[in-house]
Amino acid sequence: MFPILQLGPLAIQVPGLALLIGVWVGLALAEKEATRLKLNPDAVYSLAFTGLVAGVIGARLAYAARYLSIYAAEPLSLFSLNPATLAPTEGMLIGLIAAFVYGQRNKLPLRPTLDALAPALAIMGIAVAAAHFASGDAFGASARLPWSIYLWDDYRHPSQVYELIGAVGVLGLWWAMKQRRLPPGINFWAVIALSASARIFLEAFRGDSLITVGNLRAAQAWGLIVLTICLLVMKAWNQKAAASATALEDVQHP
Amino acid sequence: MLLQDSRRWWTFTAIILLSGASWTWLSRIPDSAAPNGADRIASPREGFPAPGFTLPTLSGGLTTLTEHQGKVVLVNLWASWCGPCRAEMPAIQKLYEANRERGLEVLAVNSTFQDNEDDARSFVQNLNLTLPVLLDKDGSVSHRYLLRALPSTFIIDRKGIIRAVIVGGPVSEAVLQTKIEPLLNEAP
Repeated sequence: MFPILQLGPLAIQVPGLALLIGVWVGLALAEKEATRLKLNPDAVYSLAFTGLVAGVIGARLAYAARYLSIYAAEPLSLFSLNPATLAPTEGMLIGLIAAFVYGQRNKLPLRPTLDALAPALAIMGIAVAAAHFASGDAFGASARLPWSIYLWDDYRHPSQVYELIGAVGVLGLWWAMKQRRLPPGINFWAVIALSASARIFLEAFRGDSLITVGNLRAAQAWGLIVLTICLLVMKAWNQKAAASATALEDVQHP
Repeated sequence: MLLQDSRRWWTFTAIILLSGASWTWLSRIPDSAAPNGADRIASPREGFPAPGFTLPTLSGGLTTLTEHQGKVVLVNLWASWCGPCRAEMPAIQKLYEANRERGLEVLAVNSTFQDNEDDARSFVQNLNLTLPVLLDKDGSVSHRYLLRALPSTFIIDRKGIIRAVIVGGPVSEAVLQTKIEPLLNEAP
């Protein structure tokens, strides 16, 4: 694990660096994919950037709202660089809403735009895994295997490496799928479905799972819900695209 | 293509979801192994029991971490030459004064092995600190807490479990207050 990269007097937090690189590479790939899909790459980049910025600001404000009296007494703390004072769920929701509003105002077609963002999601999966590997978070369950790693006073599954392999696999499958002419929006949902599947499978090897009803691992339960939604939406969007194609053919060849 | 053939798609969907549900069920945590923070090995990270220590204090005498169990404990590792440590220490002092009666204990552990006792004493006097200052003369606590950067702050709940780790600083009083507030409200 490499939580800190010491460059002279400068101590760089490697997990944060991995996430930053992930955002940068992800946005670059999204731009490239937007061009391939004949969308305005600048608009797609701005949409993703707007979502990210709104998400971070929203996450901080939502966190501050929980402790209103404390932040009211010391409002400058809103600008703290500490990532521990963010509310991730609320931030994600606010970021999604901001990106959606931006897309609507700039008349970006929903489904191709989502497809353009799909590689960014896959890259972020790799970046998160790399961040976990650097920090030692998302650690594995105790296990004595030839490939176990010694971490936090025990031999464990190298869950961060599994996560990294899973995320690279998702990116590879996205790459293979984009070569095929799938209806708009399908690639995006496929990336989410694959990521959810990887999470359901790999969570079993984690040693820090949040437990829910019946001793089930919460991430797996959420993964199943997300996977179900993805599979349903993929079918519905594919049916709609097929119906539109048939209608268009009828108009062209009555 | 799979997606275009409804029958094949719904079969595929059913197989995938059933496999996922089965795996989720099979990999649930057995009752006997359900992770309970207190049962884990002591380790300096969130969710683990805080590694214990006994250190001399700047004012004389010894302090042991376990003697504060039942309180919320903030362990701050610092050094007198560290700028961010100097910047955040007044906030920690204020936090200590404001919450001491509610069950907060602060242990400001000076990394004496990479500092010196006289400088630490001057630091405390200059900032008018009244919080307990401990001296890590041989670096054993810094080592056990895997010190990566100064300052580092560990917030420990009433049961002795680390609930937040803040590496680096300076951290404001408000940020620290948001971290200890839910812990102070937990039953002793």
